[in-house]
Amino acid sequence: MMSFHRVLHDERVWSFALVAPALVTVGLLFIYPLGFSAVSAFSAEEGGWTFANFIKAFDLYSNDILFTVVIVSLSTVLIGFFAIAIGGYLTLGENPYAVAILKWLYRWPLFIPFIVAAQLMRTFLAKNGLMNNLIVGSGLLEPMQTQSFLDWRGIVITFVWKQTPFVALLVAGAMASLDRSMIESARNLGASRIRILVEIILPQVRPTIVVGLILSFVVMMSVLSVPIMINAQTPTMLTVDMAFRINAYGDYGVANALGFISYLMTGVVAWIYLRQGVRQGAAP
Amino acid sequence: MSGLWRSVVVPWIPRAILLGLFAFAIFGPLANLLLWAFAEVWYFPHKLPLEWGFDFWRQVFKPRGNAMLSLNNSIIIAIFTVIVSLAIAIPAGYALARRNLPWRSLILIAFLLPQAFPSVAVYINVARIFYGFGLAGTYVGVVLVHTVQGLVFAVWIATAAFSAVDRELEEAARNLGASGLRTFFTITLPLALPGIMASAIFVFLISLDEFTGTFFVGVPDVVTMPLLLFNASMEGNYQIASITSLLLLVPSVGFMLFIERFLKADVLAKVGN
Repeated sequence: MMSFHRVLHDERVWSFALVAPALVTVGLLFIYPLGFSAVSAFSAEEGGWTFANFIKAFDLYSNDILFTVVIVSLSTVLIGFFAIAIGGYLTLGENPYAVAILKWLYRWPLFIPFIVAAQLMRTFLAKNGLMNNLIVGSGLLEPMQTQSFLDWRGIVITFVWKQTPFVALLVAGAMASLDRSMIESARNLGASRIRILVEIILPQVRPTIVVGLILSFVVMMSVLSVPIMINAQTPTMLTVDMAFRINAYGDYGVANALGFISYLMTGVVAWIYLRQGVRQGAAP
Repeated sequence: MSGLWRSVVVPWIPRAILLGLFAFAIFGPLANLLLWAFAEVWYFPHKLPLEWGFDFWRQVFKPRGNAMLSLNNSIIIAIFTVIVSLAIAIPAGYALARRNLPWRSLILIAFLLPQAFPSVAVYINVARIFYGFGLAGTYVGVVLVHTVQGLVFAVWIATAAFSAVDRELEEAARNLGASGLRTFFTITLPLALPGIMASAIFVFLISLDEFTGTFFVGVPDVVTMPLLLFNASMEGNYQIASITSLLLLVPSVGFMLFIERFLKADVLAKVGN
């Protein structure tokens, strides 16, 4: 009875009690299913451990694994490039009107849901979409020469369109909080703006860029709507294959093996980031 | 005149071309959506719809139609997601901001985990586990899935909002004899309310827009707006898909334009700290 009383008056117990519901929610509804997915990737249907799910996954979907890596990596590189270009212009642009216009423009896709972005692009990039119609209207192509972009290019375009504002917002914020005096003095010494961006600004905001790009990488690995709606044919992305294994065959083993492969891919990216951080920290 | 030409117009030419292309890249897809939302007849190779009208809008807003049903579903689920999220995020945020918690940063990172792993395989297994508890295909199941996804924003923003409240005001209330609970409800919570409201709006939008989790956990009984959009688009009914997209777009873009008013700089600076 005495000890129970002491527990009631222990500050830390109360503090933990306040956080507990939130932690239990994440534990039961995310960490437990995540572990469940990893375990069932290595489980045979009749019980016991096996690599059969992975062998089957590689047999059927090795093309799609490669396709996913290429699409997501290419999109990440393009997102990084455009985000740096936007952030750089917002920081170094000399015309206040052009800067204001760009600032107003670039954020629009930020909170647009992926499924809406997919539907936008499904109409915009189609053979009869607004993009082709404007190219034809300007006389650059004949109507019969146009082609649909609803394949791997469509996925990349949609990812870049949707994710660039998020990374650009982070990057522009980091650039804005830099000490201006170094930039001004380099400018006074006659350095070009591109050189200032690459040699002075980028090294300082690199951690922010990398964090933004890793978060984008994970998001793109998680999105189901964009690959399903933009590119229905093979090869396609792993998210679509997982949904297909479940909806068509109820095949949890292979779906979870594919899931595990996608965890590994993001794990590799996170590992590269951490290793770089360690190396940078160790440098004098 | 030629001086003005050279100093004002010429430098604007590359800028205007680049900004114009950029504006087209941003607004082109949105314009195409608007065309489809009001097109009644449109097929290849016509560049613009052949007939315009509101027929599909009437179809969407028909009482007791599929679209109204899914709109209702979406809003009910989003409201309950906000209630559940706030009920667990407010105490957690308060404890993380005000109490001395061991492993505080580890706890904060735990809420980020759902954003740190590719989630499709996780939802597949959530659906499988929910099936065992009779939660698959129910509102409760969908609300729970949406709650986990919004939790990092709810907890992090609530923590930042409570951290931004001046401790001296709380101490003054305690010195005047107010109990801890009373101080919380009359001083701390009202002062943190703008930040909490921002997190509520954020969670509401996340729930409204959520597709993947609902796709696996909600089937076949819970159809939300994103699922209606998906089904319409896959059936080739671009009008219904575009109208549904517009309905989802308006709150998202509105939030983007007004987020700075909800999230004050003093709170924003503390997010993730």
